[in-house]
Amino acid sequence: MKPKVAFYWCASCGGCEEAVVDLAEKVLDVVAAVDIVFWPVALDFKRKDVEAMPDGSIAAAFINGAIRTSEQEEMAHLLRRKAQVVIAFGACAQTGGIPGLANLYDRESVLAAVYRESPSTANAEGVLPQPHYPVNGEALELPVFHERVRALNQVIPVDYSIPGCPPTPKLLADAVAALLTGRLPERGAVLAPDKALCEECPRRDSKPEKLAIQQFKRPHETLIETDKCLLAQGLLCLGPATRAGCEARCIQGNMPCTGCFGATSRVRDFGAKALSAIASLTGSNDEAEIVQILENIPDPVGSFYRYSLPVAPLPAKRAPAAE
Amino acid sequence: MPETTAPNGQSQAADFEPKIVAFFCNWCTYLAADLAGTSRLRYAPNVRVVRVMCSGRVDPQFVLEAFAQGADGVLIGGCHPGDCHYQEGNYKALRRYHLLRRMLEQMGVEPERFRLEWISASEGERLRAVVNDMVEKVRALGPLRKNAAAQLLEEATVR
Amino acid sequence: MTQPSARIGVYICHCGTNIAGTVDVAALREYAATLPHVVVARDYKYMCSDPGQELIKTDIAENGLNRVVVAACSPHLHEHTFRSACEEAGLNPYLCHMVNIREHDSWVHTGPAATEKAKDLLRAAVQRVVWNEPLERRQIPIRQSVLVVGGGIAGIHAALTLANAGKKVYLVEREPSIGGHMAMFDKTFPTLDCAACILTPKMTAVKSNPNITLWTYSEVISVEGYVGDFRVQVRRKPRYVIEDLCVGCLECVEACVYKQPKFADEFNLGLSKRKPIYLPFPQAVPQVVLIDPETCIEFKSGKCKKTCVEACGERNAIDFNQKETIETIEVGAIILATGYQTFDASRISYYGYGTYPNVYTALEVERLINASGPTGGELVLRDGRKPRTVGIIHCVGSRDEHTNRWCSRVCCMYSLKLAHLVKERTGAEVYNFYIDMRTPGKGFEEFYNRVAEEGVHFIRGKVADVYPANGDGQLTLKVEDTLLGQVRKIPVDMVILAVGLEPRADATEVRRMFNISCSSEGWFLERHPKLAPVNTFTDGIFLAGCCQGPKDIPDTVAQAGAAAAEAFQLLDLSAIEMEPNTAYVLEGVCSGCKTCVGLCPYNAISFLADKHVAHINEALCKGCGTCVAACPSGSIRQHLFEDEQIFEEVHGIMA
Repeated sequence: MKPKVAFYWCASCGGCEEAVVDLAEKVLDVVAAVDIVFWPVALDFKRKDVEAMPDGSIAAAFINGAIRTSEQEEMAHLLRRKAQVVIAFGACAQTGGIPGLANLYDRESVLAAVYRESPSTANAEGVLPQPHYPVNGEALELPVFHERVRALNQVIPVDYSIPGCPPTPKLLADAVAALLTGRLPERGAVLAPDKALCEECPRRDSKPEKLAIQQFKRPHETLIETDKCLLAQGLLCLGPATRAGCEARCIQGNMPCTGCFGATSRVRDFGAKALSAIASLTGSNDEAEIVQILENIPDPVGSFYRYSLPVAPLPAKRAPAAE
Repeated sequence: MPETTAPNGQSQAADFEPKIVAFFCNWCTYLAADLAGTSRLRYAPNVRVVRVMCSGRVDPQFVLEAFAQGADGVLIGGCHPGDCHYQEGNYKALRRYHLLRRMLEQMGVEPERFRLEWISASEGERLRAVVNDMVEKVRALGPLRKNAAAQLLEEATVR
Repeated sequence: MTQPSARIGVYICHCGTNIAGTVDVAALREYAATLPHVVVARDYKYMCSDPGQELIKTDIAENGLNRVVVAACSPHLHEHTFRSACEEAGLNPYLCHMVNIREHDSWVHTGPAATEKAKDLLRAAVQRVVWNEPLERRQIPIRQSVLVVGGGIAGIHAALTLANAGKKVYLVEREPSIGGHMAMFDKTFPTLDCAACILTPKMTAVKSNPNITLWTYSEVISVEGYVGDFRVQVRRKPRYVIEDLCVGCLECVEACVYKQPKFADEFNLGLSKRKPIYLPFPQAVPQVVLIDPETCIEFKSGKCKKTCVEACGERNAIDFNQKETIETIEVGAIILATGYQTFDASRISYYGYGTYPNVYTALEVERLINASGPTGGELVLRDGRKPRTVGIIHCVGSRDEHTNRWCSRVCCMYSLKLAHLVKERTGAEVYNFYIDMRTPGKGFEEFYNRVAEEGVHFIRGKVADVYPANGDGQLTLKVEDTLLGQVRKIPVDMVILAVGLEPRADATEVRRMFNISCSSEGWFLERHPKLAPVNTFTDGIFLAGCCQGPKDIPDTVAQAGAAAAEAFQLLDLSAIEMEPNTAYVLEGVCSGCKTCVGLCPYNAISFLADKHVAHINEALCKGCGTCVAACPSGSIRQHLFEDEQIFEEVHGIMA
């Protein structure tokens, strides 16, 4: 009997599902090797089908996306019960991801921004989604929108993580192979190399030994050279702080690393550590000049906790959403 | 320490005693605190010093961790510019401080709660003044928040 | 790297009542015993005493302790003591951690808060020490030579002491001759020895000692390295006279086209004149003339007859093309003896220095009464008159919040000396205006009494104003005589300002170059005011003389001897052990991002291109930890300040 595998999608953009599809013809090997018993984006199984399965009958559940709603939380618990191995698949599940940045704002602010204030929204009565809504005598149920976004391991125990926004097909294929052969590392491991991205960066030799950044630039502010270290060009590249394993795809696309693979195992707090490294490279000892150079990083939380705010040691205090 | 009562830095009962974690460099600020001691300068008992060799050793992770563990303020003390025992470590601290200060502000940590001060080995009096000033300002702000993990659980609950 | 089998002993010092009088040590001990891994917790009257240390050693042996926490004073005081105790008991010294509950707690806090703080700090230490690891100290060989900076009496004495003990010494002096301020004095208090008579032999001994390399007219311009291995660059300014060829015959000075001296003589504080080619003063060491390019016609126009060269003849010592040179030396220790400057009396406008010609500083009077001074030792005013009344104002620039707050320590005594000498030479009536008479030293009070018996007048009060009395240059001193309780106005022919001592104007640059600290006044800071008065916080750098604070000649010489002894002791070890708190790269996981490379101020980090990793040279690393904090992938760590240890300390504080 082939091992059973489930895929599920929580608060995320769907890119992680694409990563599965991006296996291309290899997906056939996966399908040949495993039984996909649950994959809402592609196959018509329902929640009640999963509920009917015996506990522990799924070999591995790949869950992508962060946890924002009651439904996502319930599904996470359900899959945890049914699966022997739960894999946080992608940055959102692993560390909260882009949706996690919403933790800068409280729930009311988020709902107001989306359902009332957004210029593309026509909602004259200002109706907000309600968990219970009677329609023609029937009760309509909607998932409850939680106060905060959480990473998967803040909701259920997670066995492994595959990082990335999205993970590469190669990491997925390697994980599936490890699963099939039983050669999985120690529980809790991140299924990616434990060195930083500079190791595999095609531009690594162009990085100067002593870098002092005089001006930070955002990608739209400069013509980016295609063969030179991006940090050396003043772009906020987080490759030095970010786990390798993505094959430097963004850099190959001439864009700086934004840190979606997260920290190495030796770093507790990606945002603080990445900030420390980048700030250290500021090319001045004059306080006013330091402040001025660093002002070109206008959004430190968005830059350094872009994918990991929910797992930051210090939960961001929720401020009312800006307009 | 008295239990904190209201979350999120609302005004507190007068008996709130803030707890401040300090990272002092071995050669200047730690010695300033020693000098304050030998000079018997009384100051607020709210600061707990972690000795590091240089303010340049202070990893922003330590600062975040201190806040996460419930510190109401974090104070980094180093040598004056130009006086670093290790030549330039304090400048590295300064660079990190300014970016971290802005990031903490975004995360809701008021600037009064995170300070970098240059206090030389001979400035026992200044050590006292800085500590007292910071304790007063943080006291006025109230507790940063409850234990971060507990808060996370609490706030994640279904509404 | 965790040590789940940690067995910790906690030792709480009463320090007499210093700690126990404020912190509830019994409660602290009971609390300590409840902490995880703590096997034994004790308190004792003086942990640093032999019996106190014995407690620790016995527990290590009998209770199988593998970690020790001592809650006592500052680790700057006794960390070494307790580490050594552990080491003697067979425990690696770096498994011992100190908690500062005296300077940081009992001496600055009161009440239950002090005990609470002690508990927090102790808990933090217990949690931290679990993660401490055994470490080995590195051995660094010590270069067998010493640099002495400053050739005043402090530098001279330190250099001679070391050289006589067989150590190689480089003595660097900024001025063209050694001798410093002492060479400018006439007599020394309280014994009235002639300063030159006792100093000159030491100066010549410096010149003739084969172990001393004397570089005058030279300045240290950079210092690199660390204890045992300093690399120092010295700029040797051109004197336009080749030192090895000049015999000091002074024929060139005689032959100079300027028949008469025309330019202000620095050594005599401008009270006399010199020629463009000159010897700073008769007893100068080295006995080598120099040319002032600012005033020499050859330098100004290139058209001098160069009679000096003619006079020098075959000796050929004069070289108008001499250039400055930079010498690099390597030394194991450094003694700073850079001295002081006198307070600029013109800063106190109401004393009229620089306005009224008959107002002099004490140092000027030293020159005026010196036999080799501008007047051949005769005390006369600028107009040639002998003063019949002289007023000496004490504490000029000292003990005043508007100028310098400190007491300069020597002014009372030198004022008494000058009062005696002035009276002796001129028979004038001498008035001393003092705030407090400070004569704490061997033979000082006796000297005060002697001078009083000689008929010198003492008026207790701070002079408020100095202004012209009548047309003949006399000045009136207005003062409240606080013993009489009335304001007095005393006319005098001459006013002598007893200017205080202050740090040299460039003290800040100098101390930065040598990487040492200053007190808030600007004096170089000693490591401990009582127990390490000549050491600095930078190992291998010692202090002598007034650069550390005002002091008289006997104290200066004593301190210089002490500094020499410290340096000698250091060199005699031939190798020293360095603290093992260095940073290290986990090369197996370093991504080669190079973030660290440019951050190291000591160039200890290099990038190994073949392995694509950073590498730290342990011998160059000084252990600041800047690279550790910056390493974005957590691949640099630091012994004794590992991330885990610091995180645990934070957790312990907040637990």
